[in-house]
Amino acid sequence: MTQINQLIAKDLIAQHNLTDDEYKKIIEILGREPNITELGMFSVMWSEHCSYKSSRVHLKKLPTTGPRVVQGPGENAGAVDIGGGLCVVFKMESHNHPSFIEPFQGAATGVGGILRDIFTMGARPIALLDALRFGELEQEKNRHLLKGVVAGISAYGNCMGVPTVGGEIVFNDIYSQNPLVNVFCLGIAHKDKIFLGTAAGVGNPVIYFGSKTGRDGIHGATMASDSFDDQSEQKRPTVQVGDPFTEKLLLEACLELMAGDLLVGIQDMGAAGLTSSSCEMASRAGNGIDLDLTDVPRREPGMTPYELMLSESQERMLMVAQAGKEEECIRICKKWDLDVAVVGRVTGDGILRVKDQGKVVAEIPAKSLADDGPRYERPYSPPGYQDMLTNLNYDALPDVKDPNAVLLSLLESPTVASKRWVYEQYDHMVRTNTMVRPGSDAAVVRIKGTNKAIAMTVDCNSRYCLLHPYEGARIAVAEAARNLVCSGAEPIGLTDCLNFGNPERPEVMWQFVLAIEGMKDACEHFKVPIVSGNVSFYNETNGLSIYPTPMLGMVGLIDVADKTMTQWFKQDGDAILLLGKTKEDLGGSEYLKVLHHREQGSPPFLSLETEKALHDFILNVIREGVVQSAHDCSDGGLSVALAESCVSAPDARRGAVVRLPLDALRRDALLFGESQSRVLLSVKPEMADQVLNRAWDSGIPAMKIGTVGGDRFIIDVEKGQWSEGCRIDLPVDKLHDRWAFSIERTLNEA
Amino acid sequence: MLAQRAAWEGPRWTRAVKPNPAISLQRSEGGEMKIGVVVFPGSNCDHDCQHVFKDVLGQYVEMIWHKETLLAGLDAIVLPGGFSYGDYLRTGAIARFSPVMGAVKEFAKSGGMVLGICNGFQILLEAGLLPGAMLRNKSLYFICKDVFVKVETAATAFTGAYESGQVLKIPIAHADGNYYTDPVTLAAMQANAQIVLRYCTPEGKVMPEANPNGSLDNIAGIINPEGNVLGMMPHPERCAEVMLGNEDGKLIFLSMLEALKGNKKQLKMVGT
Repeated sequence: MTQINQLIAKDLIAQHNLTDDEYKKIIEILGREPNITELGMFSVMWSEHCSYKSSRVHLKKLPTTGPRVVQGPGENAGAVDIGGGLCVVFKMESHNHPSFIEPFQGAATGVGGILRDIFTMGARPIALLDALRFGELEQEKNRHLLKGVVAGISAYGNCMGVPTVGGEIVFNDIYSQNPLVNVFCLGIAHKDKIFLGTAAGVGNPVIYFGSKTGRDGIHGATMASDSFDDQSEQKRPTVQVGDPFTEKLLLEACLELMAGDLLVGIQDMGAAGLTSSSCEMASRAGNGIDLDLTDVPRREPGMTPYELMLSESQERMLMVAQAGKEEECIRICKKWDLDVAVVGRVTGDGILRVKDQGKVVAEIPAKSLADDGPRYERPYSPPGYQDMLTNLNYDALPDVKDPNAVLLSLLESPTVASKRWVYEQYDHMVRTNTMVRPGSDAAVVRIKGTNKAIAMTVDCNSRYCLLHPYEGARIAVAEAARNLVCSGAEPIGLTDCLNFGNPERPEVMWQFVLAIEGMKDACEHFKVPIVSGNVSFYNETNGLSIYPTPMLGMVGLIDVADKTMTQWFKQDGDAILLLGKTKEDLGGSEYLKVLHHREQGSPPFLSLETEKALHDFILNVIREGVVQSAHDCSDGGLSVALAESCVSAPDARRGAVVRLPLDALRRDALLFGESQSRVLLSVKPEMADQVLNRAWDSGIPAMKIGTVGGDRFIIDVEKGQWSEGCRIDLPVDKLHDRWAFSIERTLNEA
Repeated sequence: MLAQRAAWEGPRWTRAVKPNPAISLQRSEGGEMKIGVVVFPGSNCDHDCQHVFKDVLGQYVEMIWHKETLLAGLDAIVLPGGFSYGDYLRTGAIARFSPVMGAVKEFAKSGGMVLGICNGFQILLEAGLLPGAMLRNKSLYFICKDVFVKVETAATAFTGAYESGQVLKIPIAHADGNYYTDPVTLAAMQANAQIVLRYCTPEGKVMPEANPNGSLDNIAGIINPEGNVLGMMPHPERCAEVMLGNEDGKLIFLSMLEALKGNKKQLKMVGT
């Protein structure tokens, strides 16, 4: 090292979001004070976003192994075997902070980032899903964010030619100051052709390719590791700008590079750009890298090593090629009109050494940047208000009097309503694999060249997680699996995107720790491993945290694609069966929120044993071909699920006549309560008894509740032990109209 | 939706594709047609078109890199959908300058069949192989959904296997599908039966309510006067298989193959 050029002033350390202790550790590692470039590199790599310093000790508890797992967490994405020499490669990532500051580019580059994570592994991306959270649409700002985010996802995903096949959106004012943009991507790869981010083989060339490096996105990772205040929108320059066209070229170039025997390792330049890709690849191989910035393609002259190492310009990759294969790699990149340059060599000394114009500008052990970041066991304790949240006196809440009106309000609540306005802006059919388009329990794509199909869903009820993080997380896993099972798929793997507030607050950490426990228990019970994931902390603005939102993306395998199932009724005269037991589960329900403006109570009870038995049964009857439709009961409860089965089919709407016993329940609990482990099936009338009997034999409560047909939606609730009965009777067309066009109307009326 | 014809009744189109000595109608091994799918940087329906011709219809497909300048031995060319050159500047505006386009024009001029789908249609307009231009969708949004189109004439080499007046359910996926041309050109196209596909209701009524993007005269697809170049915004390759729930688009490709086979005999419908 030639010279330590500047001594680091104290406020500079704080500006880099490093604590005094962390700074001391840096000095310890280097045996000297860092220069400004090195300080910048440490600050991004040791940011919460890159280092998982608050979450790592807890993430270790999650089950990550299983017979199908090809690649678990720690790489760019996880991979799970689907047989026939193929595997699915998938991951979900957040782009919350940038999307709040600049919704279009924030969301667009979120899509770009996760796509790169997938094709870096050697997989061709075949499906995207988005899980979004916004504040209520009454506020202008939230409408602006929704429109911007949807336009950004649409612009990037459509241009890439990767279909956006599904997702979910929830509206709640807690997200007004902190919307969530979580993007899930899945690709297909040959099991023995998975590429990893490793800089193996001393002397191998390190090659930069893709876009040029500019001054955008510097400190993006640090920004994403900080809370927001009223000034946050001034951080717009930290948001990157996406170019999907270049990314498409990058995708094709990567897959062409990977088809030949050229590469040793490859990694995309995401958060922390050139710094993270180089030190992580070196660290994984136990090697070092000599990096020369002189040849790094740049958008403008005069960029400093600090800027070059920290830029988060999009659509860039770093590959380690086999020595002697440089020319072939360069030829392929040039074919696709990409910038490309050999920028370094793998070394055996474990040091990431950065040179610029012949001078060493940084010299840091790669492992200390990538893996030796601080680990915190942050204190955690339940918030003082937790009891107030869960204690709800139901006797003080009047039971439903006009169930027609309640059902209509629920169907047009944007969280429940059709997301047609959104998904019609996404190309959800390109690549001609989409068997089940957006709007059913899970999206299904076929795998060409096989008889298989893959089902995918993203799920999380964050209100449940607020009321009880452990139960909420368990329910999220159960619901995701239930959605897959209702599509005829066996759950085979999971990716998570854990969105929480500021981990330095004990109550946020408590939510996090409990949610992890819940996910762990549920995943172990269902034997679904978590193979990749992402943590997004500091989702708070002006001290107000979002609801804990451990978003899950679950993947299921359909062995025989013909056995794919959808949620809508198929034929008049079919019998409607309800599987599972309805209890007094109003806590945390959409009904309480929309009708009583309360987000309180305990989340519904969940027995993992009951849930698993239900899944096994549903999968069996779907595979046997007995089932006409299957739909999970979730937001809005049984009556909303029934209504959705009537109105959500792509072309035909169907009525239903249903009769329900009230027994000892409240009317609202029966109609709108969100008891878990319930599924609506429709079957040919002559099959009803057989299916019911088999369900009971499997220990699953089941009854025939009605018949498909007609142009009205009718639910007769019989008189119960404590309450009078009631009747829902509405034209199906009216249900459809309220449900299908609600979001569009809200946006147009405003 | 798809009323299969009971028996083959001979060719329906009047504009026969002229035999062209410059195009070698040399079959690939096995006697299939040889279909060229052009790959521009940013094309993203290229694999889908390849899949339909190759895997669904059993033909030989050659992927043609946009830097190619010589096209030999092809029976037909497809310009696929996507975002060629990112659709920066204007859809298709940069692609028309692509090296391959000179050869595509030559191919078309000498009577070769060229099908442009979505972005491919936009490129055909920019390249002057078809008249008119694309404006932004009236809603200003990208729209991806099933629509209905009416086959206005089965008397073309691209629609010969349909019935005139047949209604197809077919997906669109575009932000710029709002077709426009001047009144004189429109009148000429109308008089000359060059408007091949129009957006319509499921019942086949061509009316403003059925128009998804504001397109002039509900135009979804047009053909050149010679009858060998068709541009269409909807994606027939997305509805050519039972597994995807809809086969209405398949006969576009079958029509092409029938036309190429010299209108001689009923084509064995692979997969039906």
